[in-house]
Amino acid sequence: MSKEQRNVVLPSQELAPVGEKKAGRGTFVENGKIYSQHLGILNDRSGFLNVVPLTGRYSPVEGDFVIGVVIEAMASSWLVDINAPYPALLHVNEVPWTVDFGDTEKYLNHGDSVMAKVLQVDEAKKLNITLKDRNLYKIRNGNIIDVEPSKVPRIIGRKGSMISLIKQYTRARIFVGQNGRVWIDGDETGVAKVIQVIRLIEEESLSFGLTNKIEELLKNDTKDVQKK
Amino acid sequence: MKSDVELLTAEGKRLDGRSFDELRKVTIEAGVLHRADGSCYLEWGGNKVLAAVYGPREAIPRHTQNPLRAIVSARYNMAAFSVEDRKRPGPDRRSREISKVISDALERIVFTEEYPRASIDVNMEVLDAEAGTRCAALTAAGVALADAGIPMADIPVACASGKIGGKVVLDLGKEEDNFGDADLPVAIAPRTGEILLLQMDGHLTVDEFNQALDLAMKGCYTVSEIQKQALLHKYQDIAEEGT
Repeated sequence: MSKEQRNVVLPSQELAPVGEKKAGRGTFVENGKIYSQHLGILNDRSGFLNVVPLTGRYSPVEGDFVIGVVIEAMASSWLVDINAPYPALLHVNEVPWTVDFGDTEKYLNHGDSVMAKVLQVDEAKKLNITLKDRNLYKIRNGNIIDVEPSKVPRIIGRKGSMISLIKQYTRARIFVGQNGRVWIDGDETGVAKVIQVIRLIEEESLSFGLTNKIEELLKNDTKDVQKK
Repeated sequence: MKSDVELLTAEGKRLDGRSFDELRKVTIEAGVLHRADGSCYLEWGGNKVLAAVYGPREAIPRHTQNPLRAIVSARYNMAAFSVEDRKRPGPDRRSREISKVISDALERIVFTEEYPRASIDVNMEVLDAEAGTRCAALTAAGVALADAGIPMADIPVACASGKIGGKVVLDLGKEEDNFGDADLPVAIAPRTGEILLLQMDGHLTVDEFNQALDLAMKGCYTVSEIQKQALLHKYQDIAEEGT
C-alpha cells in the first residue's frame, strides 16, 4: 500500500483519460475523460479510479448492518430512519416477533432504536431492512452517537483492529452501524472514553498509523486495566 | 435610468479605485455550520452570504417529488438588516425569482438522477448586501454543495459585469449598480464553460453585450479558483496534518 499521501480531489476535477484508467465509483466520464463526482479521496484499485466521498449522506448497500430510529408505526410495517436519503421500510415479516395486524406499536414505537440489516435496495432506491439476522434486536439501553458515514471504516479499522482495541481497553459494548451511528453500552467512564476516542478518530481519520496512536492514548488513561 | 452621478474619475478609475476588469475582494470559507450537511461563508466586497445545504432527503410535500430524479430547491433570502432601510422580512417577488433561477442553475450541474424522489435543499442567507448578491449567493451555494458531498458535474460560479458611464466593467459595486446603465449577472460551469444563469437589467448593444459576457466569464474563472482553494484549504490541510 502506498504510504505517501491521500489525494484530495474536488468535484469536476479531471483524473485521467479513459484509455489509461477505468472509471470506478464516484466518477463520471465525459468526452473521453474521467472526472471526479465528489469532494473525496482518490484511490486506484487495479486500474479503476474510485473517489471515496469525504462527506455526505449514507448510501445504503444490501447487507449493511445499520442502526435505525423508528419514525412511524404503520398497520403492518414500520418506517425507520437509517440516515439515508429515504426512510427504510421494516415489514412485520422481517422481525423476530409474531405481530398481529395493527399491533405494531406494541413492539416498536416512534423513537425506538433498532439494529438492522439492509435487506434490499431497489431501482427506485426504495429501502427494506430486516431484523432477522444474527445479533439484531431492539436497542433498550446504551448510547447512540452520530459520526460521518465516510469515517466508519476507520473506526472499525482493518479487520476490526481499531474497534477491538477500543473494546479491550474500555470494556464497553460497541456496535458500529455502516450508516454512521454507533451504539455504546457500558459503565459511565467507559462510554465517555469511547466517545472521546471516536471523536478523535473522526478528526484524524486521514492520518496514518492511527491505530497505534489510539492504543497509546488508551494505554495511558487506563493503567490499572491489565491487558489480556 | 439617466442620472448625473459621475461613476468614473478623470483618470478612468472607478469610484472605489478599481480598474474596469478588477473584482472586489472575495474570501470563501467552507464548512462553517455544524448542523448542515454542507455549508459555506462568503464575503464578496461588502456582501456577506451564508449558504447551507441539507440532503439529499425525501422531498416534502410529496407532490413535489420527481420519481426519476432529485429536485434542487434553493431558497435565497435577504436578512432584514442586510440593507440600509430595513427590508421587510419574508419572501418577496424579487427573492422568489432569484430562488427559482438559482434552483434551475444548480439542478443543471447536480447528478439528480442518483437520488430519485429526493430533494436537495440549498439555503442562502444574505447577511449584508452591496450589489451582486445573487452572484455571491450562487457562488457560496456551489461551495456548500461540494462540501455536502453531493455528486456534481461542476462547481458552479457566478459573477456580474455591467456598463457604467458608457464603459463595460466587471463586478458592479453598489453605486455602479444603482446609477449605472446595465447589469449582467452570469453563472457558468467553469469546466465546460456552459452558461447556467444569465440575466440582464438595463440596455446594452450587441457588441457591448458580448464584451460584457466575456468579461463576466473571466471574472467567473477567477472566483472559481478561489472556491477550489477554499475547499482544498479545509480538506487538504486535514489530509496533510496526518502525514
